[in-house]
Amino acid sequence: MKYVDEYRDGALARTIAARIAAAVRPGRTYHFMEFCGGHTHAISRYGVTDLLPPSVVMVHGPGCPVCVLPVGRIDMAIELALREKVVLCTYADTVRVPASGGLSLMKAKARGADVRMVYSAADALRIAREEPGREVVFFAIGFETTTPPTALVLREARAAGLSNFSVFCNHVLTPSAIAHILESPEVRELGTVVIDGFVGPAHVSTVIGAQPYEYFAEEYRKPVVIAGFEPLDVMLAVEMLVRQVNEGRAEVENEFTRAVTREGNARAKDLVAEVFELRRSFEWRGLGLVPYSALRLKTEWSAFDAERRFAMADRRVPDPKACECGAILRGVKKPVDCKVFGTACTPETPIGSCMVSSEGACAAHYTYGRYRSAA
Amino acid sequence: MTGTRRPYVRPVDFKAGLVDMSHGSGGRAMAQLIDELFVEAFDNAWLREMNDQARLPMPPGRLVVATDSHVVSPLFFPGGDIGCLSVHGTVNDVAMAGARPLYLTAGFILEEGYPLADLRRIVRSMAAAAREAGVPIVTGDTKVVEKGKGDGVFINTTGIGVVPEGIEISGDRARPGDAILVSGTLGDHGVAIMSLRENLAFETTIASDTAALHGLVAAMLASVPGIRCLRDPTRGGLATTLNEIARQSGVGMRLEEDSIPVRAEVAAACEFLGLDPLYVANEGKLVAICDPGDCGRLLEAMRAHPLGRDAARVGEVVEDPHHFVQMRTGFGGSRMVDWLAGEQLPRIC
Ligand code: SF4
Repeated sequence: MKYVDEYRDGALARTIAARIAAAVRPGRTYHFMEFCGGHTHAISRYGVTDLLPPSVVMVHGPGCPVCVLPVGRIDMAIELALREKVVLCTYADTVRVPASGGLSLMKAKARGADVRMVYSAADALRIAREEPGREVVFFAIGFETTTPPTALVLREARAAGLSNFSVFCNHVLTPSAIAHILESPEVRELGTVVIDGFVGPAHVSTVIGAQPYEYFAEEYRKPVVIAGFEPLDVMLAVEMLVRQVNEGRAEVENEFTRAVTREGNARAKDLVAEVFELRRSFEWRGLGLVPYSALRLKTEWSAFDAERRFAMADRRVPDPKACECGAILRGVKKPVDCKVFGTACTPETPIGSCMVSSEGACAAHYTYGRYRSAA
Repeated sequence: MTGTRRPYVRPVDFKAGLVDMSHGSGGRAMAQLIDELFVEAFDNAWLREMNDQARLPMPPGRLVVATDSHVVSPLFFPGGDIGCLSVHGTVNDVAMAGARPLYLTAGFILEEGYPLADLRRIVRSMAAAAREAGVPIVTGDTKVVEKGKGDGVFINTTGIGVVPEGIEISGDRARPGDAILVSGTLGDHGVAIMSLRENLAFETTIASDTAALHGLVAAMLASVPGIRCLRDPTRGGLATTLNEIARQSGVGMRLEEDSIPVRAEVAAACEFLGLDPLYVANEGKLVAICDPGDCGRLLEAMRAHPLGRDAARVGEVVEDPHHFVQMRTGFGGSRMVDWLAGEQLPRIC
């Protein structure tokens, strides 16, 4: 715990806050996108914005695994879960994401679907071992951090000759999403979204390393500072970004040196490459079809691929009309810009996915920050 | 009493026996279980009367009644079990009105196939807790459901107590300026339970804080009779309790994160599990709200009691038309401490 406390120290925070306040140039604003939901959550939970000068504006990015799951993929999971003999294992947040027809995995569970909440891919594998008569499917979601554990259990399942285990793969890739945002008309032509730099992912970068971001820094002239998920990490990253902007630099810097290297984790990357391959394109909530932005199981692993094993048909379903999650995930709008925020849409009755996960921008603002906008 | 009266040919097999449907049938097997297990353990004059109800003398004052059903899983956990928990939970609910708990009732729902040895452990733990609290279990009921329709043992307890005239403790009495106090470290019970859940198996030395708080409450009232609100932050933790009181009283609250007592092990476990200790259940802690002028005396009284040793003032009541609970974070920012959305973890009490 001590290790963590050091990164939440109030006195240190005030020192950095003073340095940032001294560094910002009068008359200019700094817009930084924190890509990850983990950062969004830390910023809201610790009240980080209270320590930043008004000219530093944090823009929430799309890095929340639950938020970017499109309705169609949840519908597919529900259809699967309702099949006889299937046990669908999923992370707790995912069960509340609204799907078509007023359903969610939680509501499907009440209708008899066998949906089990697990804390890891390994839990799902254990269920498969314990219940050989059932078809156990792991609903795999998440960015590069959660991919190696999924690969690991697949390897284990194959070694153990488990024939009742498979994975519904929804693993997505961070760099493609960042590129997609930087290529979007809002950033490039319309100028409706100003991004002066990125607070880069913490856990994701421990796997992929700092190197994949070098391309954005160079090609798009945007500084990236990789930061840990503690509030002091975020403050330090903001300070480093402000300095880069002031000095006209656009480099990849690493605040999170205690865990991230330039190359990342070679073993984890090899493991992923052994099991997964790129999808040509994948639908993201808010971003639409993004080329080469997700993974699927390689052909050699097709026996463990739920999509092939159960001949699941791809589904694309538009977001609910009122929901602004798409615009929020692209950084175009803020939660309070959504007409149903806090009225029809609350964490108890979510309409969009951003209100479900604690890493979602709407849920974070509702839970930790709505007093700020309640006049 | 067991020595003189043995109407059954063979005693209940508490070594290898299992609960079966006959134990809830109303027949001889049920009578024997009641005799040899419940009456023996809870032993008191009212139970010995063998009536379907208890006739109780009541001291003067207003009657206070509370009921609570216990479905905790697992049934045994570090620091306690469903038996003592079911006594403490209800005693505390009665005590939070500033009342003296006098009697308890107990309703058992047993699942067919449950080992009688474990049931006896639970009942004895319950009896010990009731004796320690000085609150007799005066009447009860036992039902058996088929295998698969329950989860071992569910226990409902109802508590009856009296509160003297002049003590006015209620969730709608918090006023701007009042001090908010907690009686000790938060989150111990919830984390102790979670440490045992199969899919969360991790090492921890945390034990549940399950305890009867009426002694602490009596000591507090002796020192500050004008306490405005008392509540035990069980399910949903401190955050939920404060939001309830804020809404009932039509006020807001402001907390200081640094002053909220949380054990380092609990904080670490919560970190690992992605939980917020402010939302984790307690079974032996209370929240008190009092006039700021009484705060010092009340804290002193709490800290002088073994169950209030780590008591602390954690914030104050403020005016707020939105009834928000806000907190100044240890980091130096502010945030809301909102109602819990959904379940943090099911069946912890
Ligand atoms: S408030 Fe709800 S509906 Fe609106 S954008 Fe957020 S999640 Fe979507």
